[in-house]
Amino acid sequence: MHPIFGHLRRLAFYLAAWIPLAALLSYLLSITRQITFVEAIVLAVPLCLVYAFVCISAWYPCRVTPIDRTPLDRLILTHLTSSVIRAGLWVLVAWMLAWLLATNFAEFGGLTTRLKPELPLIFGTGVLLYILSVFFFYVLIGLEASREAEARVMQASILARDAELRALKAQVNPHFLFNSLNSISALTASDAPKAREMCILLGDFLRRTLGLGEKSSISLDEEMSLIHAFLAVEKIRFGARLRMEEHVEPDTLQLEVPPLLLQPLVENAVAHGIANLVEGGWIRLDARRQDGRLAIVIENSFDPDAPPRRRSGVGLANVRHRLEARYGKWASFAAGAEGDCFRVAITLPPGNVEMPQ
Amino acid sequence: MNAQAGKKIRAVIVDDEELARQVLREYLSAHPEIELVAECANGFEAVKAVAESKPDLLFLDIQMPKLDGFEVLELIGDDLAVVFVTAYDSHAIRAFEVHAVDYLLKPISADRFEAALERAEQRLGGKGKPAALPATELAAAARPPAQYLDRIPVRDGTRVSIIPIAKLDYAEAQDDYVALASEGKKHLKQQTISSLEAALDPSRFLRVHRSYIVNLERVSRVEPYGKDSYVAVLSNGTQIPVSRAGYSRLRAFLDR
Repeated sequence: MHPIFGHLRRLAFYLAAWIPLAALLSYLLSITRQITFVEAIVLAVPLCLVYAFVCISAWYPCRVTPIDRTPLDRLILTHLTSSVIRAGLWVLVAWMLAWLLATNFAEFGGLTTRLKPELPLIFGTGVLLYILSVFFFYVLIGLEASREAEARVMQASILARDAELRALKAQVNPHFLFNSLNSISALTASDAPKAREMCILLGDFLRRTLGLGEKSSISLDEEMSLIHAFLAVEKIRFGARLRMEEHVEPDTLQLEVPPLLLQPLVENAVAHGIANLVEGGWIRLDARRQDGRLAIVIENSFDPDAPPRRRSGVGLANVRHRLEARYGKWASFAAGAEGDCFRVAITLPPGNVEMPQ
Repeated sequence: MNAQAGKKIRAVIVDDEELARQVLREYLSAHPEIELVAECANGFEAVKAVAESKPDLLFLDIQMPKLDGFEVLELIGDDLAVVFVTAYDSHAIRAFEVHAVDYLLKPISADRFEAALERAEQRLGGKGKPAALPATELAAAARPPAQYLDRIPVRDGTRVSIIPIAKLDYAEAQDDYVALASEGKKHLKQQTISSLEAALDPSRFLRVHRSYIVNLERVSRVEPYGKDSYVAVLSNGTQIPVSRAGYSRLRAFLDR
């Protein structure tokens, strides 16, 4: 696709750029006083119009001889030859125009003879203009290539983000899985019905998380039932050590949230809070509408003197990144410890809105 | 204490989850030659139980309240066989493989348990002490990369205390031990000063002498001390010998 031919506006701009060139040519033709300025204009305007289209076609040879992949000698030879041929033809056109004017109009009598000394000037101008357009098109092609590369990079980063989000959603913490299986293994000997119950709960949780990987958002209600499935398993592992409190306002239940956004936070609360407390602890989840937004707070008790974490805070970073990628500045995320309480507060726009541009 | 003919092997189980202890208890119950002497739900209890009942064999979970498995190992000495138990910890497992430490993965298979137990029994039945575990090296290898120590557990008899790294003034090598100076007290720990140096954040702690590591935040000034040597004066007035090499490193830090 030609960058100028195909676009009417660009073509108009391009032709407008030739107006001063036509004026310049008229001036050059009349400088020796052999040709009057009026005659020069009458010659130069149609000549420039024709040559504007000749130069526009320089794009095609530029396309087939990419500047970075063509040997320099071939590059020079190609463009020099075509500029000489085109300028030569242009001179021919100029002479024919002068002849037509001279034979048809008395005012232009003897124009051909008077034009003759100016023909080398026209030839030189033609070569120069053509070479300039070659440079112009190489710059244009370069710009276009860099813009395409930029677009490709952008595309790639969007794809990478999507892939990351898919991966984040599909995660099931191996620690949770293996510990749960170990608990089931323990129960098979001591309490077979309980072992079966735990198998079913674990299966239920895993099935729900698998199904969610496909969706871009779910209702808070669904996310909460996922959390309940998760906690039902952990409750068997930790018994009375795990206490959960929930305050979810009924008018928030139908609001949309990214799937598996809150469950990893509850999982963190268990792994870094409850699991490090000998006597166990509590997790509090609070969800409400606040200034037209969905505000969620997850708090848990923890031991400030717990052994150093063997896994760094990947869960928190994941949630933060997902919120940023999806809502940009329209979501907020804050996490921190205060005494023996760890608190994560999130606000996000209600409903299934993507990041506004 | 070794398992001699007719003498039972004394075992301790350490895991914070009741169900996880239950599995090990069940597997052990099939072995009349083993006597389960204690079950612990956290690291403090484990250290106390080892000091009090002197077991031969320890099943040790890694993630626990109070002290993790590696910290427990550092505090209990090396005259017993240890089998680590973990659900999933890639760094730890790599460290176990490198140091040939016995470990079991949850869910624990009966076959793997038997194999680990057999190895432990062989070790205990052999002459002398069971092969000592390089506790601090193992703990260092099992730490996720680019993570420095943020606390040091120390033991005095059955009492365990934790020195947060910010409260460590300096460490001094004393034969096989290091003396850790914190809040006016000195705590002895069986460790080489080089392994301690490797585990500390180099932007906060500096080896200023063959036998000394100093907390840079505590250094108030450096003074010449005789010919070719110096002392670092800490904010509490303590004077720490500084070698010539240590002095140039210290200067580089203080000039920044």
